[in-house]
Amino acid sequence: MEVAEKKNKNKKYKPILDGIPDWPVYQLSKNRKEFIEEVSQEAFRQAKQLRPTTKQLLDELEATVYREQQRMKRNRWRVDPADEPQFWSGIKDELVSLTDKTSEEAQSRADNILYRIIHRYAGEIAGNFKPSSFRFTREVVKFWFVRLLNGARVKKFGAIFRNQYTLRDKIHIVGKVKQLRKLALKGTVVMVPTHFSNLDSVLIGWVIHSLGLPAFIYGAGLNLFNIKIFAYFMNSLGAYKVDRRKKNLPYLETLKAYSTLAIEKGAHSLFFPGGTRSRSGMIEKQLKLGLLGSTIEAQRNLYVRNPNSEDVRKIFIVPVTLNYHFVLEAPDLIDEYLSVKGQDRYLPEHDKYGSFQLIRFLFKFFTKGSNISVSIGKALDVMGNYVDDEGYSLDSNGRKINTRDYFVTNKELVVDKQREDQYTRMLSAKIVSEYHRINRVFASHLVAFVAFEMWQRKHPKLDLFELLRLPEEDLSLPYEEFKAACKTVRKQIYQLKEEGKVNHATHLKGKIDLVIRHGLENVGIFHLKRPLLFNKEGDIITKDLNTLYYYHNRLSGYDLEKFI
Amino acid sequence: MTLKSLSDDKPVGVIGAGNFGSAVANLLAPQRKVLLYARDESVIERISNSGENRGHRMHPNIEPVSDMAHVAQSCDIIFPIVPSAHFRSMMKHLSNYLHPYHLLIHGTKGFDIQLPAGQTLTSVKTLDRNHVKTMSEVIREESVVVRVGCLAGPNLSKELAAGQPAATVIASPFNEVIQIGKRLLRNDRFQVYGNNDLVGVELAGVLKNVIAIAAGALSGMGYGENAKGLLISRGMVEMVYLGRALGGNTKAFLGVAGVGDLVTTCNSSLSRNFNVGYRLAKGETLRDILSSTDEIAEGINTVQIAKKCAEHYNVRAPITTTLYKVLFEDLTVKQALDYLMRYPLHVDIDFL
Repeated sequence: MEVAEKKNKNKKYKPILDGIPDWPVYQLSKNRKEFIEEVSQEAFRQAKQLRPTTKQLLDELEATVYREQQRMKRNRWRVDPADEPQFWSGIKDELVSLTDKTSEEAQSRADNILYRIIHRYAGEIAGNFKPSSFRFTREVVKFWFVRLLNGARVKKFGAIFRNQYTLRDKIHIVGKVKQLRKLALKGTVVMVPTHFSNLDSVLIGWVIHSLGLPAFIYGAGLNLFNIKIFAYFMNSLGAYKVDRRKKNLPYLETLKAYSTLAIEKGAHSLFFPGGTRSRSGMIEKQLKLGLLGSTIEAQRNLYVRNPNSEDVRKIFIVPVTLNYHFVLEAPDLIDEYLSVKGQDRYLPEHDKYGSFQLIRFLFKFFTKGSNISVSIGKALDVMGNYVDDEGYSLDSNGRKINTRDYFVTNKELVVDKQREDQYTRMLSAKIVSEYHRINRVFASHLVAFVAFEMWQRKHPKLDLFELLRLPEEDLSLPYEEFKAACKTVRKQIYQLKEEGKVNHATHLKGKIDLVIRHGLENVGIFHLKRPLLFNKEGDIITKDLNTLYYYHNRLSGYDLEKFI
Repeated sequence: MTLKSLSDDKPVGVIGAGNFGSAVANLLAPQRKVLLYARDESVIERISNSGENRGHRMHPNIEPVSDMAHVAQSCDIIFPIVPSAHFRSMMKHLSNYLHPYHLLIHGTKGFDIQLPAGQTLTSVKTLDRNHVKTMSEVIREESVVVRVGCLAGPNLSKELAAGQPAATVIASPFNEVIQIGKRLLRNDRFQVYGNNDLVGVELAGVLKNVIAIAAGALSGMGYGENAKGLLISRGMVEMVYLGRALGGNTKAFLGVAGVGDLVTTCNSSLSRNFNVGYRLAKGETLRDILSSTDEIAEGINTVQIAKKCAEHYNVRAPITTTLYKVLFEDLTVKQALDYLMRYPLHVDIDFL
């Protein structure tokens, strides 16, 4: 049984820019060669600043060559260019020949080597956006999604060719959509979503398209490019490549310069500031400061370059949360999380997929519905102030303020790295609090949270790991008790919503019995072992406490524990 | 980098012409023109006419003003130094004129509290960080200014006025703020240190007021240096525990603003908090003391707040709790001391 979601008012949005040639990302790829040149120069400048002496630079280069050769020996991928070994051994020989040179000569040769390395990296990173394949990809993805949905929902022969359901019925987009569309015309949007599942990037891609926004550039892990078909799609969507194997300074500076310059040039960008998927199921608390910092740096550069702050293209940060009943990889994620956190106290089990379970999983996937909702947060400037629909930054009293002033000391624009690092930390904290604010609580999150907390409460002497080791058969909750607790917590969630600290799905309202049923039916819906369900007596039981813990974590950080 | 700005002659603002405000204005005045804001017109007149304020001989570079907007428009760097009870309302007013390029370094040692509706500080059971804010947090909440710092340390106004050697800490997450503060305040008799743990330094400055009252009480009982040594060291431990629960780091408490300020206030009969404790020990009640002084001893509120926070965060704070009982619940100083001397806790240091 499905509790009706409020009449879905998701409508179709017209594209805000007519032709693909107007898109910033297209401009970027048209001038690809010049752009790579520019990125290389910027990264070179930064790297030189960080390694000012000849000795430091040479040490860095040697370390880089060593690591690259180790990588090629141990972990080579299909996407890696064929001429790699040659390139690096060439660099190595040159470095060796520098030992007997005078220091001036060594410096200039080392500079030249550094530049060549950076230039090579910039070429590897750069995306390759092609309008024709973009259009093609978009249509193909849409077509198959719709086929799948219709085939699954309407159980009639031939249903697969109907268009009764579209993705918009499954995926609810709520929040500041209008503002986002307006701002995308006025400035550069940097979208920063939470990251729970590998599906996120596909989902966000669809959201961006369906809101009528031009393509965003997106740093995708290079491992995805190993798969030919993926590589084709990614390239066409304006993705640039991030190689997580490379941790050397020239590479990291090049990557940062790429993202900073692209934002400066007005390319709307997308990145997951949490870095990787949330292993625990909690909303991210620690964000990666490097990429966030590049938005602040880009904004400052724009102000430096243009003395008249009215003409400067502003950068808008848009936090987005993705809310699922179900995260496909949840059991694996929580396993990883617990084994890292518990060290030897936690013993992961390994008896995963039998063929019967696999069949059951596929069957469910195609027959049952499970909605996803995407909440678009209010846009922020790079300092974390809210902006209005015209893009003006506002203080807490609604007074307009000038973002440029944050970079000013005594009427002059000053570049101060330490200050901007601190600003980045402030922006990160603001984004995290926005995540919590726009997070939409689903019935499934509620029931998972309440059930897990109740079990924890019933075993006050056990720590988390001892609790998780309890045999699932020993755990059950009388329905009435469970219902009462759900009611209390739900009331508290309403209260938090009043205070603007969280949001909830419309299906959370109404008769608590129905809400609980909805929650139980949906929580981790496609997992082979359901995290929460009714037994024959109508009490609440679990088949997989770890996964339940994962879904429960979605509501941690709101201080709801004390209401159980 | 940023320091070039200091060579030019934009005035610096000081908000609040109290004792410490006047002292800070005098420290700044040799380097720069100072606009000293006072709420009270009579204070402005007094300074303009006689060049004196609260026993301070005011430097000729100081111009007393009554227009906050004027201060904010003429100065990029402002030192707000007003009692904690008025700090938020002052900020609400000032924030209308502030821009993100402003830099604020406050010198107020106290907490701001915002109680749940219908509660008073006496009636509320426990307090947590949602209710209790440091002054830098008030500045951040009420204005767009982000480059915030604070001044804290053993700075008795009267000694500063007499030009005796002293030091202070400027705490801010921004090195820029520390550098600017140093350049403005430092002179041959005044040493300035920097610290990045803003909240820690603020907490140290506030929490030491509690111990200062206790020190006054010991002195009032006629006890000597052994007792004081005991109080200061155990008081320090208590401050560290409370401070950590409220979001500071241990280190801030070991510096000039922590142990430095603590030793000074515990030894000085010049300090208001010390005086409160002293008079309590002499048998006066809190009411008597409050009715006979016009200066506010921040410590009295701090005791209430600290005790209620300690309860919320489950921090063991015997000195604060007993002092609370003396101030608000008819325990005598002697009884309090008896209780503390029998307190069953014998670990010297367990926080490092």
